[in-house]
Amino acid sequence: MSNAVAERTTVRTYKNYSRPWWQRAFLTREMAIVAAVIAVYIVAAIMVPNFAAPITLTYLMLDIAAILLIALPMTMIIITGEIDLSVASVVGLSSVAFGTLYQAGWPIPLAMLAALVAGAIAGFINGFLVTVVGLPSLAVTIGTLALFRGLAVGILGTTAVTGFPDTWTDLATSKIPGTPIPSVMVLFVVLAIIFALVLHATPFGRGVFAIGQSSEAARFSGVRVERTKLMLFVASGTIAALAGIYYTLRYGSARGDNATGLELSVIAAVLLGGVSIFGGRGALHGVIAGVFLIGILASALRLANVTSDVINIITGTLLVISVISPSLLAWARSARARQRGRRESAGGTPAVTAANQASPDAPASATQEKEAQ
Amino acid sequence: MSTHVPTSQSTPALLLEGVSKSFGSVVALKSGSLRMESHSIHALIGENGAGKSTLVKIIAGVHQRDAGTLEFAGESVDFSNTAQSKDAGIAVIYQEPTLFPDLSVTENIFMGRQPTKGFRGIDRRAMRSQVKELFSQLGVNLDPDRPTRGLSIADQQIVEIAKAISLDARVLIMDEPTAALSGVEVERLFKVARSLRDEGRALLFISHRFDEVFDLCDTVTIMRDGEYVATTPIEDTSVDDLVRQMVGRDVSTLFPKEPAEIGDEVLVVDGLNQRGLFHDVSFSVRSGEIVALAGLVGAGRSEIARAVFGVDDYESGSVSVNGTQLRKHNPAAAMNAGIALVPEDRRNQGVILESSVARNTTLAIRRALTRWGLLWPAAENKAAATWASRLEVKTSALDAQVGTLSGGNQQKVVLAKWLATDPKVLIVDEPTRGIDIGTKSEVHRDLSKLAGQGLAIIMISSELPEVLGMADRVLVVHEGRITAEIDRADATPESVMFAATHSKEVAA
Repeated sequence: MSNAVAERTTVRTYKNYSRPWWQRAFLTREMAIVAAVIAVYIVAAIMVPNFAAPITLTYLMLDIAAILLIALPMTMIIITGEIDLSVASVVGLSSVAFGTLYQAGWPIPLAMLAALVAGAIAGFINGFLVTVVGLPSLAVTIGTLALFRGLAVGILGTTAVTGFPDTWTDLATSKIPGTPIPSVMVLFVVLAIIFALVLHATPFGRGVFAIGQSSEAARFSGVRVERTKLMLFVASGTIAALAGIYYTLRYGSARGDNATGLELSVIAAVLLGGVSIFGGRGALHGVIAGVFLIGILASALRLANVTSDVINIITGTLLVISVISPSLLAWARSARARQRGRRESAGGTPAVTAANQASPDAPASATQEKEAQ
Repeated sequence: MSTHVPTSQSTPALLLEGVSKSFGSVVALKSGSLRMESHSIHALIGENGAGKSTLVKIIAGVHQRDAGTLEFAGESVDFSNTAQSKDAGIAVIYQEPTLFPDLSVTENIFMGRQPTKGFRGIDRRAMRSQVKELFSQLGVNLDPDRPTRGLSIADQQIVEIAKAISLDARVLIMDEPTAALSGVEVERLFKVARSLRDEGRALLFISHRFDEVFDLCDTVTIMRDGEYVATTPIEDTSVDDLVRQMVGRDVSTLFPKEPAEIGDEVLVVDGLNQRGLFHDVSFSVRSGEIVALAGLVGAGRSEIARAVFGVDDYESGSVSVNGTQLRKHNPAAAMNAGIALVPEDRRNQGVILESSVARNTTLAIRRALTRWGLLWPAAENKAAATWASRLEVKTSALDAQVGTLSGGNQQKVVLAKWLATDPKVLIVDEPTRGIDIGTKSEVHRDLSKLAGQGLAIIMISSELPEVLGMADRVLVVHEGRITAEIDRADATPESVMFAATHSKEVAA
């Protein structure tokens, strides 16, 4: 036998990253959205009268607070490759639960707790049907979207519960002293930090990404796929209920039709923020920027007396662009690579592409391989 | 390195010269050359990462070459997608066929070009009779009306071949078609391949199994590190020559297990049952021991492994590690007890192709890496680098996507992921399938070393030399039952094959 397998004496060393830190931090889809938010804000502040006023920022944040809250668990659900369309109906349901119990004489904190529990149960029902029964989340949550909304409207009819104590309604619209920033943003920031850490820096979060990228490989690596998804749906229901309580107090009115259609704004913002609808990819700061982008645009256009249907058209167009842009970019890159290849083959030199092209091209070629399978 | 291809007077069916392809900074193919003749079966061999798959994908139009010439039937061609190469008469049959599982065999063969009759309706009768004719021409017996779901891989390949012939493909490329086939199925495939050659078609056969290359092929082209090495008539070469040309050095194809101290029973499987898959499976594995599960593909070996690891459920029986019975259908419990499974389907079950080397390597140990409940990049990268280095994973950086690595390196990432968990029982399912010879012996050596360190190892393998070289004991599985237990000393190709093909119970 010859020296068949060379003795392994060398210890390999590895580069941790293929790109320097500033490229990894800033040359991302998420940072592009953050940059867009800043740019749109500056442009709007210059062009739209009154937009730069602090009060505009206050109302903007009050308006998007519910979307921001619900987007946190929604981001994780979409990263696992699932979706929760029932969130706005849970907002309505929790609003009704909160209002009815208050009307029945429950103390406010207890009514809030009951509304949160109702949201958690709603989320558990979604999660149970998706993970234990094994139905697709799209179908399940379209069903519960109608079911929860129907329950909410059924309990309270077309009437509304009003007359919440001023201390509570004022709290919902109060500002952090000395700033134009609503107090509810404190709640959001605390939750956002928790969700960001869980998603990006815990074993649970690694599992979330793994499920979205390949649920089978995740299962073979000991990730508890079903349990993870069930927990996310419960979190989604609970946070939607929290948003429902905020919504009720902010407008001082508990109604069954509160927040109708809000799920579309949430999902639009999440996708705009760089989360892949196919799962496995996304980051929370991009999603938060996505919510702000939609909120700032809507607010600025409203101030500029643009009608709401035009605002919808603009938001919708943005969403479509954001969903197709990764594919368009990949297509453009491969087309460019092809052209370059042709040119160089005509010149007779072998094509060795520049090293800095490595990472942007890698996903494109991976997609091609997938198609080839 | 010369890229000269032996020329002859006739026009080749397919000719590639100096073809190159890069993905970003990764050069997948430096200079690929290939000359395929009609009436001939051509073998393409080379280690993993030698550029075979890239070459095939360029021929198929999946990738576009950066440089070089591609001629089909004497004319220069550019395929910008797979439809164009198909139309030209090139068919590629991949290792895992891509059929529509819910459509019938006939519908799959005619997908997208169904014969029609009045009012543009599909002429089912014509389709059916053409398929029957195709199957009789190929000498195979398949029901044209059954859905392709549930067909064996071998039968699915036959459907793909039938599809190619109905398109009148002049060039047929088979990328490792035998990797998942049993002996009988390989024979049938070869019969079909020979009859296609005799009809005048040109066939390309990619394989890691030399006996098959010598059995089937007329000419062989060797590639190494993305470059063309040589083309020789099969009768002018030998296994030793081919291996030398493939790896550029001498390699013993097998690394025999070194003697290790056999300790106590670590894993005990008792009376495992799952209807339709396996029955009354009982065995144990001691520390330091490598037990091979041998048998035909489809005998139930992988299913047993999956049930032991808890990915799949079982109806009755028990699995215990060091005397503690495991909760069934719970991979996390199996992992905590010290079981690791390197699964059969590397691309779908072993690694997450979209994810980085570091994330893949640390996925199974992510809970142990936390400090104050959080994962810190430095700790993750350090653990990943340690294990990647221990297994000599070749990658540009730890954040490179695993999908960009070669098959052998992907397998090393899977091994690294599981060895990082410090397992007591390691189950490896076809650990060297589709892996080049150099990496193969590295994997064998790693397994031997791990056994020496006191691991209990279960190895599932369809390659007899691997089973005989590595195993202390061979358990032969036939139709979901363990039909024989053969000690290393008594294990011969004949004894194992006999047990694998005969259902008669042999007392263990």
